[in-house]
Amino acid sequence: MSTKLIYFAWVRERIGKPEEHVELPAGVETVADLLRWLKSRGEEYENALQYPDVIRVAINQEHVGHREKIAGAREIALFPPMTGG
Amino acid sequence: MASTIVPAIRVQREDFDVAAEIAALTEGRADIGAVVTFSGLCRDEKGALAALELEHYPGMAEAEIGRIAAEAIERWPLQGLTVIHRHGKITPGENIVLVVAASAHRQAAFEAANFLMDYLKSRAPFWKKEHRADGSEGGWVEAKEADDQAAGRWKTPDR
Repeated sequence: MSTKLIYFAWVRERIGKPEEHVELPAGVETVADLLRWLKSRGEEYENALQYPDVIRVAINQEHVGHREKIAGAREIALFPPMTGG
Repeated sequence: MASTIVPAIRVQREDFDVAAEIAALTEGRADIGAVVTFSGLCRDEKGALAALELEHYPGMAEAEIGRIAAEAIERWPLQGLTVIHRHGKITPGENIVLVVAASAHRQAAFEAANFLMDYLKSRAPFWKKEHRADGSEGGWVEAKEADDQAAGRWKTPDR
């Protein structure tokens, strides 16, 4: 199953695209696994996800923690801490 | 509470009219005793800022503000609630965000508006990028620890 990944703010700029569809390999079960796997995909990902602890994640448009399971996620968004308001 | 109110939530590029938003909440009603509005504006510091570019996550921005508004409605006896957050390029002096909270008494309206702003800052998916007056591209505004702490003070033990 293909999963849609969306990036915002400096995560988007560093990765160099606003979104993409990926096939998640076996073993990528949690948000933390996803960040680790993405980081290994190339220099731009390494650059964006250098400090995974600061990356905020939403699954299907709801905030989740890094231990959250990603099975069944249609849309996973990665972004820096928010600065609205 | 008699019935649950439905908050008005808008994420938009256009400006808003504070007086019109208050009127929309209070028109034709005699039961509202307090209206608290908070407007957040784009602020310049020493002429260095040309504009802020507000990026947002369409869909989630509305959904997350809706979740925060629903929590406010659950916690305080509100009679009306409007939240508007702008996106796109906003120049110093322009509006960014509006919260209008209406209640029978002032305390609930003050507290709900305060709570909403604290949560919007730390949980609503918006990001500000600076455009400098000298034409150079500024960086992304960094999140403040103080904003997270401000949101944390509303946590109750059962949540």
